[in-house]
Amino acid sequence: MTQPEGSVRDKKRQPISTTSEWTFELIRSYDREIARIAERYALDTYPNQIEVITAEQMMDAYASVGMPLGYHHWSYGKHFLSTEKNYKRGQMGLAYEIVINSDPCIAYLMEENTMCMQALVIAHACYGHNSFFKGNYLFQTWTDASSIIDYLVFAKQYIMQCEERHGIDAVEDLLDSCHALMNYGVDRYKRPYPISAEEERRRQKEREEHLQQQINDLWRTIPKGASKGGEQDAQRFPSEPQENILYFLEKHAPLLEPWQREIIRIVRKVAQYFYPQRQTQVMNEGWATFWHYTLTNDLYNEGLVTDGFMMEFLQAHTSVIYQPGFDSPYYSGINPYTLGFAMYSDIRRMCENPTDEDRAWFPDIAGSDWLSTLKFAMHSFKDESFILQYLSPKVIRDLKLFSILDDDQKDDLLVPAIHDEPGYKTIRELLAAQYNLGNREPNVQIWSVDRRGDRSLTLRHQQHDRKPLGSSTEEVLKHLHRLWGFDVHLEIWQGDKLVNSQHVPPKNEPEREGEFPRLDLVIPPI
Amino acid sequence: MSYVIDRRLNGKNKSTVNRQRFLRRYRGHIKKAVEEAVSRRSITDMEHGEQISIPGRDIDEPVLHHGRGGRQTIVHPGNKEFSGGDHIPRPQGGGGGGQGSGKASNSGEGMDEFVFQITQEEFLDFMFEDLELPNLVKRHLTGTDTFKTVRAGISSEGNPSRINILRTLRSAHARRIALSGSSRKKLKEAMLELDRLKREEPDNFGDIQALEEEISKLHIRINRVPFLDTFDLKYNLLVKHPNPSSKAVMFCLMDVSGSMTQATKDVAKRFFILLYLFLKRNYDKIEVVFIRHHTSAKEVDEEEFFYSRETGGTIVSSALKMMQEIMAERYPVNEWNIYAAQASDGDNWNDDSPVCRDILINQIMPFVQYFTYVEITPREHQALWFEYEQVAEAFADTFAQQQLVSAGDIYPVFRELFQRRLTT
Repeated sequence: MTQPEGSVRDKKRQPISTTSEWTFELIRSYDREIARIAERYALDTYPNQIEVITAEQMMDAYASVGMPLGYHHWSYGKHFLSTEKNYKRGQMGLAYEIVINSDPCIAYLMEENTMCMQALVIAHACYGHNSFFKGNYLFQTWTDASSIIDYLVFAKQYIMQCEERHGIDAVEDLLDSCHALMNYGVDRYKRPYPISAEEERRRQKEREEHLQQQINDLWRTIPKGASKGGEQDAQRFPSEPQENILYFLEKHAPLLEPWQREIIRIVRKVAQYFYPQRQTQVMNEGWATFWHYTLTNDLYNEGLVTDGFMMEFLQAHTSVIYQPGFDSPYYSGINPYTLGFAMYSDIRRMCENPTDEDRAWFPDIAGSDWLSTLKFAMHSFKDESFILQYLSPKVIRDLKLFSILDDDQKDDLLVPAIHDEPGYKTIRELLAAQYNLGNREPNVQIWSVDRRGDRSLTLRHQQHDRKPLGSSTEEVLKHLHRLWGFDVHLEIWQGDKLVNSQHVPPKNEPEREGEFPRLDLVIPPI
Repeated sequence: MSYVIDRRLNGKNKSTVNRQRFLRRYRGHIKKAVEEAVSRRSITDMEHGEQISIPGRDIDEPVLHHGRGGRQTIVHPGNKEFSGGDHIPRPQGGGGGGQGSGKASNSGEGMDEFVFQITQEEFLDFMFEDLELPNLVKRHLTGTDTFKTVRAGISSEGNPSRINILRTLRSAHARRIALSGSSRKKLKEAMLELDRLKREEPDNFGDIQALEEEISKLHIRINRVPFLDTFDLKYNLLVKHPNPSSKAVMFCLMDVSGSMTQATKDVAKRFFILLYLFLKRNYDKIEVVFIRHHTSAKEVDEEEFFYSRETGGTIVSSALKMMQEIMAERYPVNEWNIYAAQASDGDNWNDDSPVCRDILINQIMPFVQYFTYVEITPREHQALWFEYEQVAEAFADTFAQQQLVSAGDIYPVFRELFQRRLTT
């Protein structure tokens, strides 16, 4: 913490408020002051919309996984029930804030919080997260903050209409299947069109008709002359493996109705909207934490808040960035707030007070202007590359990071590297890889469709370090089967060696009617 | 620029629909849990919700994720004892030292039971689902002896006290406009003409006079249109809607003779409470009449009904007679839905049982919605049961009897008694 200078402190100490009670007027004045200080650091933000809500509304917001308005689905009810239970039993406090990547940026403040907490949240969400949403390249590229609310309204209405027309069960089944594959509904490399509700509505009808036509074309079975046939059959379809499974289903699943394709599209778009958030957890939380810390300390240095306020703030701040050790009963992985805050703080330290070690490791950063260095780091990376680029030996030492290699072919575990000179680089690479979504999620792609035969769909899982698929794979395949409508095969490959395969419906077992549900058993005329 | 908005007054139940969807999806699980809870709980406890637990595996949302195995490297914080290159034995039991960071959020959680709370309202809903009050429909159709008056628009006939002044004056106004229309038009023309004449030909006294005469005639004609006429009158129309009786009375009849132990009474009490809760869901207003009997019957309050002890022989007909009297005196059939539940251990003075049958068939059954008899005994049936079987034959729709042995039977028996029947 920057030391408060005694002289300034004594001269004029006129705190904005002295009690822990908040009022709307106080929230506005705190916000004004924080905005003024944020201006000093030239934090570029969307306009803020600060909404004060009750604990129950906060639980609602929780349950819809941070979407300000979501379509109806039982899984959100499940989240709500478990949040409610935990909260009522006092097993967990609610998050102090939820912030939504939209323009204007919506931040929720909870009624129960004290003035100090409200100020912390304003600094954290309205200036920290907000500037991250606006500044980070992933968000800039992949999401369109100005249209997300509109799109969610469209999605909610569309799904409601479908429920009216086709029944709640039909829609729920479809959504279940889509959610199972939601993480495989994102384009990782292609930049998607920005979504806009108006556009969506205008084109939805058109798309419906056009799409159905195309699919029928794909499945045309009228022979095109025997001589050409052989050559064409040899061609694999799709010609390239497809990683966006939901997209492929939306465009090519033979039996889906137009409204079903539209719902797949909605789930896909929502997944895409959350994709940058999943890739920037450490950076985003770290950035917000860094700024609430910096901004609040500035408030204190200017004499705008009391000592009591500061004590409460520090107490909250330290519990946010608390990192239990690996052997603690409370340990559940690395706390992204801790890691992110430590890294941003360390970048600032390296700029302002570089040591010889920093000069050796980060010659570009050591001694540079901290604000522009920090902003560059915020703008240009995602968790994986951010860690790879900026995790310094000092942070590794401070957090006492070490790695464990668990190889199921060995009898004991190995510690390949710890926080010492030979280990820094290894730790940094391993930790970065740990945040690589590509490593975290099994690499499963659509490989081919048997167009001339039984229309079965084949997927390939390329194993990484022999890591097997989890236990719910079969359930997911059933969902996939429901969407695709025909047999689904999953091949598991190690390098170029096929090691295993799974089938829905299972091979060499007579298929029992009704066991593997399909959305639609009526095959439309082609 | 920031906007601060107070959203606290906005609806807080955004998740209600999702919660409902969840309950709907897992209703099978919840129903099972509710049924178990009903047999486990003390009956006085029925006014609470219930904690439902569903095996986590049934409720998981499957996703593709990595399972355990293969070569996994994980970075952990807080090293105390390890140095690079150390070999450490694999921790037993679920690999506590290792797995967890990335995948825990996907799959690790929720392996336990998923536990949540349902409200009392929901609890009772599940409990009484598929149950129906017998003959409720019938009463709705036939029990239309009471009416309530509701407003049904405007009519041109009615009672002077119901005059709708606004509508009346409005129609009078319209009539006046319509009837005096042509006269007023002529009047207007005449006035203009008069003005013109006075201005341009002030000496043309003949025409001016003629015009003035016409004008005064027109005035008289216009004024002759009455301000208010009888057919302007509008009245508020009130119509009578048949008001299905929504009052119910529940008679609890219990044997308190020496043969009834406290345990038996307890079982009976649970049955009565269940019936009471059930009725409460269907009727706005419920009264309960407690009649207990040994050789003679007495109307008592709840406390005395369940807890005071009596000894002596048993004459069931005394209670039935008393019930019949109270019905006749206080609960006219056209206003009240009458339900009765009788609990006994089956003992009765032998000669009394046929009397009971006669009272039931002739004086009680024609007037009640439903009469249930539960016999709480593990023993053989006695005369009373067999006499009641005849009643059941005569009133198959409105009379039911069942045997209860232990508290655990109460709910199943209750369900059986009030099972929703296919309408024939």
